[in-house]
Amino acid sequence: MEIKKFKTLEERKKSISLKVENKQADIDCHKESLAGAVSQRACVYSGARVVLNPITDAYHLVHGPIGCASYTWDIRGSLSSGEETYRNSFSTDLREKDIIFGGEEKLDAAISELVEKYQAKFIFVYATCVVGVIGDDIEAICRKAEEEYNITVIPVQAAGFAGNKMSGYKAAGQALLELMNKKEHESISEEIKENNNIKISRATPKINLLGDFNLAGEMWIIKDYLSKIGLEVNAGLTGDSNCQQIMKVPEADLNIVQCAGSMVFLAKRLKKKYGIPFMKISFVGIEDTVSSLYKIAEFFSDYKMQYDIARLVEEKYRGISQELDRCCKNLAGKKAAIYVGGGFKAISLIKQFKSLGMQTALVGTQTGNAEDYQTINELVDEGTVILDDANPNELEYFMREKEVDILAGGVKERPLAYKLGVAFCDHNHERKHPLLAFEGALNFAREVDQTINSPVWKYVRRELL
Amino acid sequence: MSNTAVNIKGKKKEIQDRSSLVVNPAKTCQPIGAMYAALGINSCLPHSHGSQGCCSYHRMHLTRHFRDPIVASTSSFTEGASVFGGKSNLKTAAKNIFRIYDPEVIAVSTTCLSETIGDDMFSIISDIDIPEGKTIIYANTPSYIGSHITGFANMVKGMVNCLSEKKEDYVTSDINIIPGFVNPADMREIKRITKLMKVPYTLFPDTSGVVDSPMTGKYEMYPEGGVTVEELKNTGNAKATIALGSFASADGAYELEKKCDVIPYILKTPIGVQATDQYLMQLSKITGEDVPASLEIERGQVVDIMTDTHFHFHGKRVAIFGDPDIVISMTEFVLSLGMVPAYVLTGTPGKAFEKEVKSILETAGVEGKVKASADLLTLHEWIKDQPVDILIGNTYGKYIAKEEDLPLVRVGFPILDRSVHSYLPIVGYRGAIRLIEMISNALLDRQDRDTDLEDMELVM
Repeated sequence: MEIKKFKTLEERKKSISLKVENKQADIDCHKESLAGAVSQRACVYSGARVVLNPITDAYHLVHGPIGCASYTWDIRGSLSSGEETYRNSFSTDLREKDIIFGGEEKLDAAISELVEKYQAKFIFVYATCVVGVIGDDIEAICRKAEEEYNITVIPVQAAGFAGNKMSGYKAAGQALLELMNKKEHESISEEIKENNNIKISRATPKINLLGDFNLAGEMWIIKDYLSKIGLEVNAGLTGDSNCQQIMKVPEADLNIVQCAGSMVFLAKRLKKKYGIPFMKISFVGIEDTVSSLYKIAEFFSDYKMQYDIARLVEEKYRGISQELDRCCKNLAGKKAAIYVGGGFKAISLIKQFKSLGMQTALVGTQTGNAEDYQTINELVDEGTVILDDANPNELEYFMREKEVDILAGGVKERPLAYKLGVAFCDHNHERKHPLLAFEGALNFAREVDQTINSPVWKYVRRELL
Repeated sequence: MSNTAVNIKGKKKEIQDRSSLVVNPAKTCQPIGAMYAALGINSCLPHSHGSQGCCSYHRMHLTRHFRDPIVASTSSFTEGASVFGGKSNLKTAAKNIFRIYDPEVIAVSTTCLSETIGDDMFSIISDIDIPEGKTIIYANTPSYIGSHITGFANMVKGMVNCLSEKKEDYVTSDINIIPGFVNPADMREIKRITKLMKVPYTLFPDTSGVVDSPMTGKYEMYPEGGVTVEELKNTGNAKATIALGSFASADGAYELEKKCDVIPYILKTPIGVQATDQYLMQLSKITGEDVPASLEIERGQVVDIMTDTHFHFHGKRVAIFGDPDIVISMTEFVLSLGMVPAYVLTGTPGKAFEKEVKSILETAGVEGKVKASADLLTLHEWIKDQPVDILIGNTYGKYIAKEEDLPLVRVGFPILDRSVHSYLPIVGYRGAIRLIEMISNALLDRQDRDTDLEDMELVM
C-alpha cells in the first residue's frame, strides 16, 4: 500500500485510508487537530459566522480584537434581494485596556451606537476567543440592550478555542433558535411531536430550506424549482433571509437540509421543539438534485408533484444536455481530487465527477463524520485515498501519487494545486457563479472543462512522483 | 445594490462620531503581520500560538493577496490549553513540525488568546528540545494592540532579539535594510537599486522568492527566497540599519541598536521621487558611494513622465487609506503630482501618523483631513460629505468606490480582487512610473467613460 511510503506523523496515519473493495472505511475522524500538523481547519467563530452572516438585515457585531471581524468581512458571496447591512463589518475592536478591565462596557457602548446612530433592529453579538477568556457576560449585556432599546440582540457563543467549526455551526443554530423564540408561534400538538406524522392541510405546503447561503444566487434557483413543483419556501436559512423570515421558520411543514454539516443540529432541534420533520437533500449535481426532489415529493405523497418534477427535470435537462455532453467529451477519463469542508459536499462531488465521466482518486474533508466516510468509501473506486483533516503535505503527496488532473477545494488549496500543475475548481466561498441544481451542474462542468483543458498546463512541467 | 454602507442612505451629509464601534476596519490584527514577516526568512515555518482559526484566517488572507501557497502551523488551542496554558501544545507542535516539515526556523507569534492567558514565550521556548542546527524565534503579537503593521514590526524585532549577534570589534561594510510591510516585488526593487548603488546589504525580512515563487510543477514548502539565519545573525555586525517606514521597520532597527550598537536610520517607504531620493542619498552618505548614472536616468524618466502628465493630475481630490508607511509616502507622492490629498486615513493606531501627514500637507499648503485609528465608514462619511475624484487604497475601498461611483487604484494590503500586483513594485523610480500609470489611467478611463463619444478626444 502506497501510504506506507508516505512520511507523516504516527498520529495522522489513522486519518488516512485506502479504499479496498468490499471493505468498510477504516478512518479516524471527528478528532481535534494535532498541534503543529498544519490543519486546513478553522475555528468555532468561523463556523458561527459563516452560517449567520448571510442574514441580510442583521448587524453582526464581533466582540473581540479586530482580526476576527476583518477576516470575515463579507466572507461569503451571499446575495441579497433586500437589505445589504450584512456586508459591513462591525467590531468592538478591543484594545489592551479592555482586555485588562473587561470589554463589557465597550460592548454596551457599541450596541448603543449601533442603535442610536444606525437604527439597528437586529444585532448578533459574537463572543470571540479572548472574550471567552476574560469572561465578559455577553448574554447579560444582550438582555439589557434588548430591554433598553426594545430590539433583538442575540448572543453567539463562539469563542474560537471551544471546539472546531462544527461547534460554531451549533452556536449559530442556537442563535437562530433564539431568534425564532422572539415570536410566538401556534402551539404544536404533542401528537405531532411524537410521531412526526404531520398532516398537510394547506393547498401549498410550506418548507424551510436549511443550509443554503445563496452563494451566487443559488437559493433563488432552488426556490424556483420548489415553486414549480408546488411548494412554497417559508424561509431559507440563511441565504437571502432576514430576521422576520427566520422568526417564521416554525410555521413550516418540512425542513429540507442542504448543508448537513451546518444545519442538522438546528433541524433536529426544530423537530423536537416544533415537530417539523426534516430530511437531508442535496442539490449538488444532477443526480442528487433529481433524487432530492423525488424524496420531497415522496414525503408529501403527492403524485401531482411527482409529475411536475418529471416535467421540470425533462425541461431543465433539455436546456443543458447538449453543452453538458460537449464538456463530458472533453473530460472523459480525467482524475479528480476533492478536499472540502464537510462530508456531504464531498459525497455529492464524487457523484458529480462520475457523471462527467471522471474518477475521484483522492477525497478528503475537514469535518466529515464516520457515516460520511462510509458513504464515500462505498462510492469511490478501489485504491482511492480517503483523508480526514489533511494538511498540504499529504494533499501534495497523494495528488502526485494519484496523478490527478483537478482538485476541487477552497481558498487555501487553490495555489497548492496550481503549483503542482493541477487544475482547480473552487467549491467554496470564492465562487461567483452558482454550482447547484441543473444550472449549477452545467456551470460546474464548464468550469472543470475550462480549468482542466486550459492551455496553461502546456507550459508547466509537471513533476510526478 | 444601493445601501451597502450602514444607513448612510438618507443621511447623506451627517458624520457620526463613534467611540466604541468600529465599522469596516482599515486594519487587521498583529499575528498576520508577524506571519508575513516570518515568511521572509529562508526555510521558516511561521507558527501561530493560539486557536487554529487565527492561523487559518491569516493563511487564507495572505493566500488571497499573494495567490501562492502560504503554509503555517498552529498550536491548535482547545479549552484545556486556554485554561492550563499553551505550553504543552507548543512543545507538541514543535516536535511534530521538526519531525515532519523540517524547517530551519520556526517563527512563533502569539495571538490574543495566548497573550491573555499569559503564556511566557521565552520560558516555554527555552524548555523545548530544539534539534541541532534548528532555531525557534518568537514575537509577542497580541491582537488587541496596534495592527498587522505592529505585528510585522514585532516579528522583525523578534528576529533581531532572537538571532542578531555582534562579534567583538567586527563591523562589516553591510547595510541592513528593513523594507517594511511591502510586496515581494518592492523588496526586489529595493534590492535592485541598492545593488546598483554598489552597497552590500542584508534585507530582512525578504519575502521575494517565497510568496512570488516561480512555477516549477513542484510544490516547495520552503521556496528559495528569504533571508537566511546566518545573514540574520550577521546583522549585528552591520555598519548601519536603514528602516524603511517608521511604523513597520523602526522597532527592529532600534532593537538592533540596543543589542548590537548598529546605527539606525529611519526613512520613509521609498514611494515617489522624493522618498526614493532620500533613500539613495542616505545610502550614499553612509557608504560614500555615488548614485550611478543608471539610477539618474530612471529618475529623469520619472520626472519626464510627471511633466508629460501633470495636467491630468492637477487639483484632483484624492482619498488615501491603508497602512501608515505606505499612506505617508503616497501622500507625499500624489502632492508631487499636483493632486490634493483631501482625506488621509489609516486603521493602525498612532498619533505620529497624524502628525507626519499633517506636516506634509502643511508644507504643501494643502488642507486635508487626517486620521489614525480610523475605519472605512469614517472615510465613507467624509466622502459623502465632500466628494473626491479618486480613491487610493486596498481592495476594501471597492465598497466605497462602487457606491460613490469612484475610480479606485488598488495599492497596499490586502488586494484580494486583482492579481499580478505582488509581482510589480510601487517603490523606487520604477515603482513611481507604475503608480503614475495606474492613477492616470484610472482618471482617464473614467473621463472616457463619462464623456460622450463626440466630445471624446483621441489624444489626451
